[in-house]
Amino acid sequence: MFEASIYVTLKKGILDPDGKAIKQRISSLGFEQVKEISTGKYFLLKVNSQDRTAAEQEVRQICDKILVNLVLEDYTFELREVER
Amino acid sequence: MKFGVVNYPGSNAADCYYIFDRVLGHPVSMIMSEERGLDGLDCVVLPGGFSYGDYLRAGALAGIAPVTEQLAEYAEQGGLVLGIGNGFQVLLEAGLLPGAVRRNKNLLFRCHDVFLRVDNNALPFTGNYSKGEIISFPIAHGQGNYYIDEQGLAQLEQKSQIVFRYCTAEGQVIPAANPNGSVGNIAGVCSEQGNVFGLMPHPERCTEEILGNTAGLRLFLSILDWWGIRQQEGVVAHG
Repeated sequence: MFEASIYVTLKKGILDPDGKAIKQRISSLGFEQVKEISTGKYFLLKVNSQDRTAAEQEVRQICDKILVNLVLEDYTFELREVER
Repeated sequence: MKFGVVNYPGSNAADCYYIFDRVLGHPVSMIMSEERGLDGLDCVVLPGGFSYGDYLRAGALAGIAPVTEQLAEYAEQGGLVLGIGNGFQVLLEAGLLPGAVRRNKNLLFRCHDVFLRVDNNALPFTGNYSKGEIISFPIAHGQGNYYIDEQGLAQLEQKSQIVFRYCTAEGQVIPAANPNGSVGNIAGVCSEQGNVFGLMPHPERCTEEILGNTAGLRLFLSILDWWGIRQQEGVVAHG
């Protein structure tokens, strides 16, 4: 069994209104050293596979097909073997 | 001409169904999203709403529903497809139209009338408008901020795929008339072949005098007129 931690972020240059709104509130709380906040998504996937390469391929397919909108977003993931 | 309105869970399919059934008095069927029920239809409408709760991203889960997979084949064969609001988002997520939508730049759910400039009146959906005409449709969305990269935008412009742009009452396409931050004030785009059209504004909400505006009715009448001409030319079957 493999577990994938998938991180989805907006591509460089794509406006992040959520991040901008959060940043404004945080600055008004007095955390003036925070210069920027970017938002994204996190997915945890468990893949029932013995084979690391096959699991990796499957995670990539799922990301490309549905979890990530490649027009707006980039993604990275970490894959680790876990107990069943 | 047979219309089909796709009903994803969370779609406002009845609104569009009503236009064909009651306002136009035309044959229409409701197509359930888990079935591949598009055979025999001449035009498929993806309605507004919040398909599958808009979880993940607006229109993303509907973009991989069985009916949407069939829709890709249907569009490939030249079938007419109209996506309104959430239906537009589904077409973008399914890759049937270029680009994507983001959350509105100002983070607001915008629900009011907008002015639109007709940039392409040569589509099956827009023949009853004149090029450059200013019309008014209502909008109602939180994620209608259209995005496409510079290269994609240049291609859209070159191939006349930008159909409607947000503008002022006088027709000026300027940032002040842009309700959501869309690139180029884009409110609706079509496929390269022109048979797939998606837009954020809601033509189905301005089709009767009692609603104070019938600008949207002309979009649906355009489709019927286009079909009628094709029938006369013998391009499509009668019936």
